[in-house]
Amino acid sequence: MGTYELSLIAIVSINVLLALSLNIITGLCGQVSLGHAAFFGTGAYVAALLAGSGASIFVSMTAAGVATSLLGLLVGLASLRVRADFLAITTMGVGFVFVGFVRKQNWLGAEMGLSNIPDHGLGEWGFVVLCVTLVCLVALLTAYIKRSWLGFAFVAVADDEDTSRTIGINAAAYKLAAFIIGTFLAGVAGATYAYFTRFLVPGAFGFGVSISILAMVILGGLGSVWGVMFAAIALTLLPEFIRVINDYKIFIYGLLLLLVMRFVPGGLADLVKRWPPLWARVRGRRWKAS
Amino acid sequence: MLYVELALQGLVNGSMYAIVAVGLTLIYGLLRILHVAHAGLFTLGAYVTVVLTNATGSLVLGAAVSMLVVGIAGMVIYRLLYEPLLRQPPYVALIASIGLFICMEEGYRILFGPYGNSFSSAWLTERLSLGPVSMAAADLAMLVGAVVLLAFLTWLMNQTRLGIAWRATVTDAAMARSFGVDTIKVRYGIFFMASVFAAAAGSLVSVLNNLVEPTMGSVPSYKSLAIIVLGGLGNVGGTLLAALMLGVIEAFGTIYTGAYLDRDAIAFIFLIAVLMFRPQGLFGAR
Repeated sequence: MGTYELSLIAIVSINVLLALSLNIITGLCGQVSLGHAAFFGTGAYVAALLAGSGASIFVSMTAAGVATSLLGLLVGLASLRVRADFLAITTMGVGFVFVGFVRKQNWLGAEMGLSNIPDHGLGEWGFVVLCVTLVCLVALLTAYIKRSWLGFAFVAVADDEDTSRTIGINAAAYKLAAFIIGTFLAGVAGATYAYFTRFLVPGAFGFGVSISILAMVILGGLGSVWGVMFAAIALTLLPEFIRVINDYKIFIYGLLLLLVMRFVPGGLADLVKRWPPLWARVRGRRWKAS
Repeated sequence: MLYVELALQGLVNGSMYAIVAVGLTLIYGLLRILHVAHAGLFTLGAYVTVVLTNATGSLVLGAAVSMLVVGIAGMVIYRLLYEPLLRQPPYVALIASIGLFICMEEGYRILFGPYGNSFSSAWLTERLSLGPVSMAAADLAMLVGAVVLLAFLTWLMNQTRLGIAWRATVTDAAMARSFGVDTIKVRYGIFFMASVFAAAAGSLVSVLNNLVEPTMGSVPSYKSLAIIVLGGLGNVGGTLLAALMLGVIEAFGTIYTGAYLDRDAIAFIFLIAVLMFRPQGLFGAR
């Protein structure tokens, strides 16, 4: 594999990480976030600053995750105040404030961007192995969370917050937990991105990025691990392979959001479930028409 | 006189926000849908106005046709997109609407090119002076246009049977229905009028800037969401006040905080701060 293929794997991994991290907040716990790129960006800038001051890649990745989850905790606290549509608008606001803030900070490179981020020192292959390992770990973590009590409580809060309270689930604590875990992972994805491009501009963390992460989660099917991973990989690779698509990339993202929400709000995961012949073939069983 | 001019500039922007946001807040009150694609209709209105005006040479004709076309487009969006989604959780319609808005913006870019269209002959470029204060004639047109539209809306909503039926439906649809209001007709009516207002705002902005771009709807779209939340969703009076306030706050804010934050961030910091203390909005009732 050449440099192009390796960098493609890294980009895909970063997007899968982002989609999985938003999947915990929006997919499992049902808190719609329209500003996920702000967390991605926070992680990237923190990692870039630490790397610039000589920290190793593992230290700055962890620190980026922790710093981002602090911001996530703050936004999570907002989710205790406002719900549903209002939360979506608030998180969108967080996204705009993040970009608006970074644009004006000279110590973060402002409009010109933050360059001279040092090399990660792992080599081309080492970095890709790190990316893929992170993706596997996060996928396993999400699958584990889904099966655990934590995941059960998340889904209960997502389904009906008031009812979940009446059966003794501390909805506030679980919402905060979802935000902390999800934003930690987004911060790690951001750190990976900083080491990958070694050049950060505020525009890379704008509203469009938040929407494309959300498109991956929605298209894959809220809460589904494999669905979201598949959607993230497909939405990242399609524009690379079919150049015509690249010109209309954003149009297609928008169209996908529109059509999926209009016709299959459950996403790919739901489509597979509702289409027994395909499901049976995947499972290797015969479909009984009943 | 800097302050007076800043305040005027803020009011001009604020009245543009108000015309767009007033339709959004009615739609939210009616259907609990955040209609992001509303700003796509605003841009559509601006494009139709510019293209028709350049073709026929009459701004009045261009603006009138654009309002009609966009009004119908609004009803079509309701029928094809929102009506089937009313039983879904609220985020479904919100995300579908964002998807539609992105498609519209990209669609304009693909159809009309990324650089924007202008009027072939420019009007209203002269500046008017009132003593020491001066403002562009187009700014004045914006303010007058906003006053006329909002006065019309106030008359419609308070003095006519149609408006009273609309208000009743927004307040309590089931009760309105039991009093014989055709609430389905009301939905089409409100989508039509909200979209006509969006088109009017689009036409006014196209004259104001003498430029129509594919992305001109982005700012009104996200800001008008902030405004209707501040105004207390579904509350028309609160929305108008919030729009004018935000316009003025932005105008002054860019002078004083321009070194730390950009214009869009100011609006949203204001929004987040208000929501944390009054989750129902600035003028909303619990």
